[in-house]
Amino acid sequence: MSRLRMPLTAAALTALALPAAADTPDTIRVGITTFLSGPASVFGVPGRQAAEMLAEQINDRGGLQGVPVELFFVDEGTGMETLLSEYRRLVDTVDVDVMFSGISSGTCNNIAPLAEDLEILNFMWDCGTQRIFEEGDYQWVFRTQAHAAPEVLSTFLYLMDHAPDFETIAVVNQDYAWGRDSWAIFQAALETLRPDVEVVAELFPAFGAADFSTEISRLQVLRPDVVLSTSWGGDLDTFVRQANQRGLFNNSLFVLPLAESSLERLGFDLPEGVIVGARGDHYFLHPEFRDDDDFTGFMDAFKERTGDWPIYPVFHMAQAFAALEAAYDAAAEATGGFPDRVAVRDAMEGISFSGLGREVTIRDDNQGLEDQLLGVTRRADGFDFNIMDDMIIYPAADITTPVGQETLSWIRALDESFLEISGDRFSHED
Amino acid sequence: MDSTLALIALLDGVSYASLLFLVAVGLTLIFGVLGVLNVAHGSFYAIGAYMAVTLGRWLVANDWNPWLTFPALLIAAIATGVVLGGLMERFLLRRIYTKDPVLQLLITFAVFMILENMQRMVWGVQPYFMSTPLQLLGNISVLGINYTAYQVVFLPIMALLTLLGLRLFLRHTLAGARITAVTQDREAATAMGIDARAVYFTTFMIGACLAAMGGALAAPTTSVVPGMGAQMIVLSFAVAAAAGLGNIEGALVTALLIGIARSFAIYLFPEVEILVPYLIMVLVLLWRPMGLFGMPEARKI
Repeated sequence: MSRLRMPLTAAALTALALPAAADTPDTIRVGITTFLSGPASVFGVPGRQAAEMLAEQINDRGGLQGVPVELFFVDEGTGMETLLSEYRRLVDTVDVDVMFSGISSGTCNNIAPLAEDLEILNFMWDCGTQRIFEEGDYQWVFRTQAHAAPEVLSTFLYLMDHAPDFETIAVVNQDYAWGRDSWAIFQAALETLRPDVEVVAELFPAFGAADFSTEISRLQVLRPDVVLSTSWGGDLDTFVRQANQRGLFNNSLFVLPLAESSLERLGFDLPEGVIVGARGDHYFLHPEFRDDDDFTGFMDAFKERTGDWPIYPVFHMAQAFAALEAAYDAAAEATGGFPDRVAVRDAMEGISFSGLGREVTIRDDNQGLEDQLLGVTRRADGFDFNIMDDMIIYPAADITTPVGQETLSWIRALDESFLEISGDRFSHED
Repeated sequence: MDSTLALIALLDGVSYASLLFLVAVGLTLIFGVLGVLNVAHGSFYAIGAYMAVTLGRWLVANDWNPWLTFPALLIAAIATGVVLGGLMERFLLRRIYTKDPVLQLLITFAVFMILENMQRMVWGVQPYFMSTPLQLLGNISVLGINYTAYQVVFLPIMALLTLLGLRLFLRHTLAGARITAVTQDREAATAMGIDARAVYFTTFMIGACLAAMGGALAAPTTSVVPGMGAQMIVLSFAVAAAAGLGNIEGALVTALLIGIARSFAIYLFPEVEILVPYLIMVLVLLWRPMGLFGMPEARKI
């Protein structure tokens, strides 16, 4: 879109704004905002560890177009004021070439307009809110991963595939933007495609709540067929452990779209038969890549270095780096030399790249199309925690809000044919 | 809502209130005696939890008798409270008792932030869990609902023992009498030969131990995560303020009030659950600005 529009507006101003080759710098500076403190550091710290490993790998290969990358981290956990000024500092003083920002939807909502003002290429590498490209038009901001709509809709489809006859559902989500927004999307899908299902409880315990005893008592009284929770981190771990201890998993089918990131920590406290998602096709035993040497090499190296198997933010970080590498390569080809920042930005339009999973493609509205993997927990030899089985990978194009449409109204207009999206099926044993 | 549901909500509320009380009572004790609102209390809570988990996991990993995790909770709490509380009183608070309360608040807040970062350096950011004590006590079934005995029996007993112990200590022992004397009139007590500095030191350590005990006892039921201290300091302040800062029995009553109101809210109006503690605090303070049991300038303990 910007490539078409650019020559018209830019030519009228000055030819300097056109993509061009530039002098080769000493390093390509990458600024990354990630949670290094607070509850979301369960994602942010693995994200940082992944970034460091990926940068080392790129530099070992000779860098991007022969130039090594250099990383600058900013903690998203220090509050929006500090984050915004640190972001400006990286752009103005450190003179970064690209920013990866960030994890929290709140960060992305604030950073996207700032990046546009500062004319700095920004990859929203992990945040989930679907609103940014639905409400605004951006030239410098791209999302190298999916957003909430495909993540939640794939969960809905998997549930409909796995247990289509459920009649009652209860939701237990964290009381903040993601908990509310993800339920709004799920609820819209339910009301449109399964209007007969009764929502028996909508519980929104405080973000970071340490105790879910009352919620669990209430769920034991209500005995819903399905319990949905999009919670994550310590909240999800606590909820799962308290629910398991009190036998709630015997009464209800649990659907936990972010539990891939808790599998290893929870061990067998997360029982078998729970529907688990991963915010994309992110899984250290990815059925299509687990025999691929590059893939398993990275998984093993990460486990070796950090003590844990990679979780989805590691994969999201790999996608951001893959996008950057692809953009520099494409821009260098287009300009015939080391590309300037506008050339790199322009190369992002419609680009495809693969991190540690299936290929992701950037659409016209700068949104990445990323396939979604879900599965059911199951015991397997060699692991002291339950892994995923009966996996389905859903194609992104079918479950992502089309360009120019608003997610909730698009979902409300869906018909039965949506339920026929079946995805690709895999089992752990294959 | 029928009587069955009311009973279920009541049980949940009591177990929640027990933990809340343990933390709030330490906060209120310190304020009552030292006159300092200690924000670092939240850190003592969190570090108590981390210590309990670390010790408990070590015991389990080395094949000790799992029942030893119960004394491990207490040992972790006391070690945390004595060391951290002792150091903080001796080297920091002692210098600022005569300073402006706002400055005191800022200094304890600074300690809180330093300790938060220290926790991250020592324990990292991944959630920790050690549920052995919870699993050992098993479940009990009330009206067809499974509860953990740890939460609905053990925790309330611990809270009651703490309350009785504190009462006994303050009213029937010499050390307790000294604390009460210094609280009522520091100058007169000092003139009669009581070492007020020692009293402050002891009281602060006891308060810190109570916070750490709250954390240690919470640890088997929850994930120990960065930021858990901040959550708790706000809640326990709501409890202590609604009770009247410095009032020990009052802290139990308001902890119960807040715990039970919260669990009823989850049944009746889940939307307002997280507001409940603060709503209660605001309503109480509008009605009685010194707190439910607070008396202007009277004895505080």
